[in-house]
Formats: sequence, structure tokens, C-alpha cells
Amino acid sequence: MHILVLLRMVPDVVEELEIDSDGRTLDVDYVRTILSESDDHALEQALLLKERHRATVTVLALDAPEVDDALFTAAAKGVDRVIKVEGMDTGFTTRQAARVFSQAIVDAPGVMPADLILTGVQAIDDLDGLIAPLVADDLHMPYLGIVTRISLDPSGRTARAIKEFPAGVRGEFQIRLPAVLGIQAAEKPPRYVPVAKVRAAMKTFKIECAEVPTLADGGWPAVSVLEMKRNEPAGHAEMLEGAPEEVSARLCGILTERGVF
Amino acid sequence: MSENICVLAEQWRGQISEATYETLALGREVADKLGAPLTAILTGSNCRELACKLGAADSVIYIDHPLLAEVIPQTCAEALVQAFSGERPRAILVPLTNISLGIGTLLGGRLGAPIVNFCKDIQVDNGRLLACCVMYGGKIEVTVETGAPSGHLPAVLGIWPGARPAEKGHLERSVPVTDVPVKLEDTQGIRLCRYIEPEAGDVDLAKQDVLVAVGRGIQDRANLGLAENLANALGGAVCGSRPVIDQGWLPLSRQVGKSGLTVKPKLYVALGISGAPEHIEGMKDSELIVAVNSDPGAPIFNVAHYGIVGDVLETLPALTAAVEARKAAG
Repeated sequence: MHILVLLRMVPDVVEELEIDSDGRTLDVDYVRTILSESDDHALEQALLLKERHRATVTVLALDAPEVDDALFTAAAKGVDRVIKVEGMDTGFTTRQAARVFSQAIVDAPGVMPADLILTGVQAIDDLDGLIAPLVADDLHMPYLGIVTRISLDPSGRTARAIKEFPAGVRGEFQIRLPAVLGIQAAEKPPRYVPVAKVRAAMKTFKIECAEVPTLADGGWPAVSVLEMKRNEPAGHAEMLEGAPEEVSARLCGILTERGVF
Repeated sequence: MSENICVLAEQWRGQISEATYETLALGREVADKLGAPLTAILTGSNCRELACKLGAADSVIYIDHPLLAEVIPQTCAEALVQAFSGERPRAILVPLTNISLGIGTLLGGRLGAPIVNFCKDIQVDNGRLLACCVMYGGKIEVTVETGAPSGHLPAVLGIWPGARPAEKGHLERSVPVTDVPVKLEDTQGIRLCRYIEPEAGDVDLAKQDVLVAVGRGIQDRANLGLAENLANALGGAVCGSRPVIDQGWLPLSRQVGKSGLTVKPKLYVALGISGAPEHIEGMKDSELIVAVNSDPGAPIFNVAHYGIVGDVLETLPALTAAVEARKAAG
């Protein structure tokens, strides 16, 4: 069983996001990047399957600031192999990223065959598509998204995946392997790994590098961002200001007037 | 390509989704501004009668096939590609929900058409369609030109739930229905085995008048007790956003949002919840929303009626004490 995990870095929205002077992109000088949250869950799901089925886990990641930290952390968690795809221009779109992943999966030595390809269901910057379905179609594999649990059938030819639907309903699907799954959440929260273990991985683990493959023209029209701005609260909420005791007392008064008590 | 605007109608388990009506309402506005017809596309198996619920559209395209009985994204996308093999619309609006997620991307990819996700609005500007999109967890808005003007490929637009009130898209009337045959083969390699209904939780969130919702800002499972105290004082229950559920701090039955429950309590207190669209989807129709967040730019303040910028862990005990004092005072 070989599991491939596709990872991307995204801006950390806990930090203040600055708009570039062009008014159409984020200012990359001020952006701290972190592993996309659902990609982190995809990695965790792969590690859980590795433990359960003695699988081999390969990570394929797109180069980005701070990506090495994320990759050494993945190594410390127990992945077997890490490949970083280098040489992409900044500002690449999700659709371009998907095509790079697809091509790299085919080109990079030893990546295929893979039985399962896992990635996050959706990233916060997926403006022009989602990685998992695009890669699945490129590779002619089945796709399922919003997955929260995977179990492998004894035959090794199929897997069972739980997909979330609205209102707490879930669906159990049988999927022919190899397949591409968009992970919403792993069965368990992503594991914590001590800093010392990450530092040890930095000394002993080798991140392999691959060049961005030469891509055929995607053939699709580019999506053109005309303007980017902060989504400032548009004055909807009446803000209560003061010390916690002050605002609490005032809010209680409002709740009383509204008949909540 | 025609000027036609199309909306993918989600039918799931025999019902048209609320997100479909919201998307129809938006599509209706766009079509009217363009002076173009609005078409709803319904896929399924033996569900033609649902077409009459799509009266906000001028017409309905119905695609019937046994393989469309359940929503398998690649199968649906293939059916839509075949349906659009002739005249293509100007834009195809697809609800961004757990039912349809992936279909828009697959459709755009297979048509070689532009894809724009995260749309909360579409403006018509001199014949151009401009999508207003909310990304980066709701913190950034972008205006996107949705593709070349008439004469080129259709744009596939993923629409956030809540783009318009669902009531505006509810119109039951008889509209022309065109049956479009498709040839589908069972080669996608995916089969639905069963649905798993949600386990009944200890609390029925939908029946609570007051909900105290916690998000990442609660920081630690140990702090949940503070939220419980406030909920007890207010006579309500504690629920959570996705990160809290994923951490295992609250059971799945307490999740509010895209994959969880949609609630409409009299009071919804959002504590340390940034306000990602996925969460807003589940609580935006609450009668009174109070938000506490340390980030003054948190998108939750866009839907809250009252906001407090501050540390949740400092505000919670003070608020609980104030509520208890108010109740004691009668």
C-alpha cells in the first residue's frame, strides 16, 4: 500500500493580511505561510493508514516560504519520503497547482504507482477550483471529497470512505483504487510532534527536490482578479467597548430589553 | 454561446436544497440584468416532479439516469458536460455545499472553462459578469472577472450558501421542462453503500433558544467549562465550530455549520469564532447574534448584531457573572 499526500502552504489568516500595492494580490513580504489545515488532516489520515496497514507514505509538496519546516515536521511524524516541487512562480493558481501536481506525480521517479492520493478538500485560497477533483480527472482516477474516515478493504482493490453531507448526515462509499480523496478531517486531530523530534529530522531526513515539470498549455482562460480588499466588518454589529465587566453589564441590559431573560 | 444563465439544482434524498433556492435567487437577478433567460438544471433518477419547485427559473433542463440517483461528482459532471455539448450558457452557478462540492471544478475542468469559487455576489457591469468572492477564511474579498464576454466559454461559478435569501428563490409554478438524454457508464469506481444518520446527541441544538458557540479562540478543552457556565446561566447549550469538533472537544452532534446543524435560536453567542463562511452558513439566521473575538476584523462581526472585541477567556467569566447577577436581581 502506497499513499501519496499532496501538500500546499497557505497564508496564515491569524496574521494580518496585507494587500500588495497592485491592489489585486496579497503582499507576499508580509504573509506568513502555514500548511493548509485540511492538508494537515490529509497527512494525519495517511499516517493513521500507515500504522494500520503498514503502508508507505510519500509527501509531494509545492515549494513555498516555510515549507521545509512543514516537511520536516511531516518527516518527524513518520512519512517515508518527501519530495518538494521547486521553481513555480509566485501567485500560481489552484488550477495551475493541480496541473503541476498531476504532472509531478507522473514524472517524479517512484511516486507512482500509488494506491491512494490524499489532499485537503479545500484550501482558503482555492479561488479557481479544487486540487483533488482536478488531479483525479488528470490521472483518470475516481474522486471523492469531504472525506472524514477511510478504511481499506482486505482485497486492497477498494476502500471505504465516509463523506460528510449536510445536517450531520454521512455517506459511506466504496471506491475503486487507486483514487484521489479530498480530506475534510482525519479520524483523529493531527498529531503533535515535539520540536526536538523535528530538529532531529532536520539533521537526518533528506527532502528530495523536483523541478516544476514543463506543462502543456492548460487551455483554459485565466481568471482575472480586478480588486482585492479586506473584508472589513460592514457596520453590521454594534460594537460594545470597555472593560469586560462594563461590556458584560451593557450586554445583559440589551438581552433583558430583547426579552432573552 | 448563449447569454443564458444556468443554475445547478441540488436534489438530495428527494429534496431540493435550500442552497439551490438561494442560488436561483442570485441567478434570477443576474439573468434579469442581462435580459437573459434563467435555466435550472436538475439531475437525478425518477425525480422529474421536482422541476415544478424550480419556478424561479424560466425553464428546467432535466437529466434522468439511474446513475444520477445519488450525487457522485464525476458522474454528475459527465452528465452536465453532455448536456452542454450543444449551446453553452454564459454562466453556470453551482452551490458550494457538501452535496455539490467538486462538481463545479470537474465541470469547469472538463469544459476547459474558467472556474471561480467562493462567490457571494455577481454584478453585471457593462455586460461583464463580475464575481465578488470571499476567501482566506472570510478575511479577504476579491472582485473577479468571470471569464471572457459572450462568444467564449461559460464561467462555472461556485456560490457560497447565503448569497441571497432562499425565500427569493422559492417559486412553485409550472415551467417548461426539457428532458436531455445522456449516456453514462458505471465506470467511475464509486458507489454509495449507505447513509449514516446523525446520532442523537444529549442535546437537540435545533430546539434550544440560546446557544453558546465556541471556536478556536477557546484555546483549550479545559476552558469549555467557562462556556458551559455561561450556557447554564442563560438556560442554553454549548455548541462549536468545526475546529473544536475536529479536536474532539465537543461531539459531532454539537457542530454548527456546513457539515453540522443549521440553527436559528433566539440568541447565539459566538465566542472566539472568526466567522468562516462554512460556520456562518449554519447560524446566520439566528434572531440575535452576539460575537466576542480578539480580532476586530473578524468576519463574524459582519453577521453579528452586537460585537465585543476582547479576549474570550476574560469576557466569559465577566459575562456569566453579569447574567447571574441580573437573574438574581429578578
